Amino acid sequence: MADVLLSARGLTKTFGGLAAVNGVSIDLWRDRIHAVIGPNGAGKSTLANLLSGDLPPTAGTITLGTHDITRASPEQISRRGLGRSYQKTNIFPSFTVWENVRLAAQSRATLPWNPLRWLRRAARDAAVNERAEAALELAGLAGRRHAVAGAASHGEQRQLEIAMTLATDPRVLLLDEPLAGMGAAEAERMVALLLRLKPRHAMMLVEHDIDAIFALADHLTVMVNGAVIASGEPAAIRADAAVQAAYLGENA
Amino acid sequence: MSAPATHLEALPRSLQALLALGLIALALFPLVGSDFHQQMVTRMMILAIFAMSLDLLQGVTGLVSLGHAAFFGIAGYALAFLTPADAPASLWWTLPAALLASGAAALVIGFLVVRTKGIYFIMATMAFAQMVFYLFFDNRALGGSDGLYINFRPDAGLFDLEDKRVFYYFTLACLAGVYAFLRRVLWSPFGRALAGIRVNEHRMRAIGFGSFGHKLAAFTLAGTLAGLAGYLWGAQTGFVNPELMGFHMSAHAIMMVILGGMGNFAGAIVGAFAFEFMLELFKDLPAFGGFDAGKHWQLWMGLFIVAVICFAPRGLLGLLQRLASRPGLREGRDG
Repeated sequence: MADVLLSARGLTKTFGGLAAVNGVSIDLWRDRIHAVIGPNGAGKSTLANLLSGDLPPTAGTITLGTHDITRASPEQISRRGLGRSYQKTNIFPSFTVWENVRLAAQSRATLPWNPLRWLRRAARDAAVNERAEAALELAGLAGRRHAVAGAASHGEQRQLEIAMTLATDPRVLLLDEPLAGMGAAEAERMVALLLRLKPRHAMMLVEHDIDAIFALADHLTVMVNGAVIASGEPAAIRADAAVQAAYLGENA
Repeated sequence: MSAPATHLEALPRSLQALLALGLIALALFPLVGSDFHQQMVTRMMILAIFAMSLDLLQGVTGLVSLGHAAFFGIAGYALAFLTPADAPASLWWTLPAALLASGAAALVIGFLVVRTKGIYFIMATMAFAQMVFYLFFDNRALGGSDGLYINFRPDAGLFDLEDKRVFYYFTLACLAGVYAFLRRVLWSPFGRALAGIRVNEHRMRAIGFGSFGHKLAAFTLAGTLAGLAGYLWGAQTGFVNPELMGFHMSAHAIMMVILGGMGNFAGAIVGAFAFEFMLELFKDLPAFGGFDAGKHWQLWMGLFIVAVICFAPRGLLGLLQRLASRPGLREGRDG
């Protein structure tokens, strides 16, 4: 069995009386893409928010590597090696593409507010620039570095999401609909990128594009109404009657 | 380039040249200006330092503080307490002590307020500043509502601050030094992170920045530099009173920063000079019949600021930049 890098047990999040996520357990393994699918409102994005610390869980535990991160803040979780991209583009629109990625790469510095570093020039930090350059290159944005992020195309902003996430050098990737709104050619490039990233990362992929899911996923978890109704190899899931009734049937 | 509206962080060459000219004009001014005007410009420079310190919070980090005057006043009071009634005290230890007092107050208050966001931050900073105000206002031992006199300017040893011209140049050196320092900070990793927090704090945390530490460091630095301005104010006027920490003083600083243009420190300087200049102008307005226009200077000031916000949303500096970068002139880009 491959290494488990992230493991969540019995995660529950309730808003008032509604359980948006209900007793979900999920593992992410290095060199495997774990896709989470389900109809709108199934709780996929809430699950991602619980894992990244954007929301505190009502119950359950999350372990990243050997660390319990159950109620850790997003910045602590990020520093432990989890990177996430957002379904709704979440960038620094008034900065250039390069500055977006450079800032993400800079986040790995220790004590960044240290007064002894106030007089350094951010643009001249070779280690940060190198990490940002590599992430930009991987995401295929090297030619667009001078563009203002908010004025870039939708597809480019999705690539920028990934580049920023990669610039933090994560071991675990949570990607929330990275293909959303992309054209066919852009989506194909993104699928190729995810396959390149796979060997060194544990990846959770929330996605609606069924073709992409079956092209990429090593493991599938199907959520409906906040709960997991099936989890396993893609071929087994495809054959599962409950899943077909709840979800895949609409698309098949 | 259809970029989203943004602060003018990198100053085009044309503006840099204009600022250099301004510095030369300030350096030459004592040679031609009267004693009265020299003192007025000294006061403008002190307020410019105060406005720049606020700009680090307001323009760069996106934290609008309505209590910044507290740190301005604390350093002024520190000088008053440290200066004996019958002899001057040394600049070289009263200045660090005053900065330390303001910085420590900013660290403690900042620790409590930078957790709050938006309107709550505004209210919390105002509440703490009012607490500081009343601490001094209601305590006879701290000077009470009358304030305290500072009988001597600090003794610098090498130069004589009692000389108005020397004091002018000392203030100018502080202004230039603070500007150069803050411009440097703006392009440091710390400054870039503060700008990131202004634009999208949520994403900053998701990529691993502890926004609390950054905001607290910025709040403390801003409070310390406001202290430098307050110290100079106390030294120049020889007098401190609770008004220096009051709500009006904080609000004036906000208006100066908005007037000049936020997020680049040069705008704060322009704003402070423009604000004080217009204030003198409006106060000197003549009476028309039974209507004393000069007495209602606050009204004209309000209208002036509203007009600037409507016609130059990026402040006077943004307006200058727009005039300077018409087709034909290319923008210089800083790293």
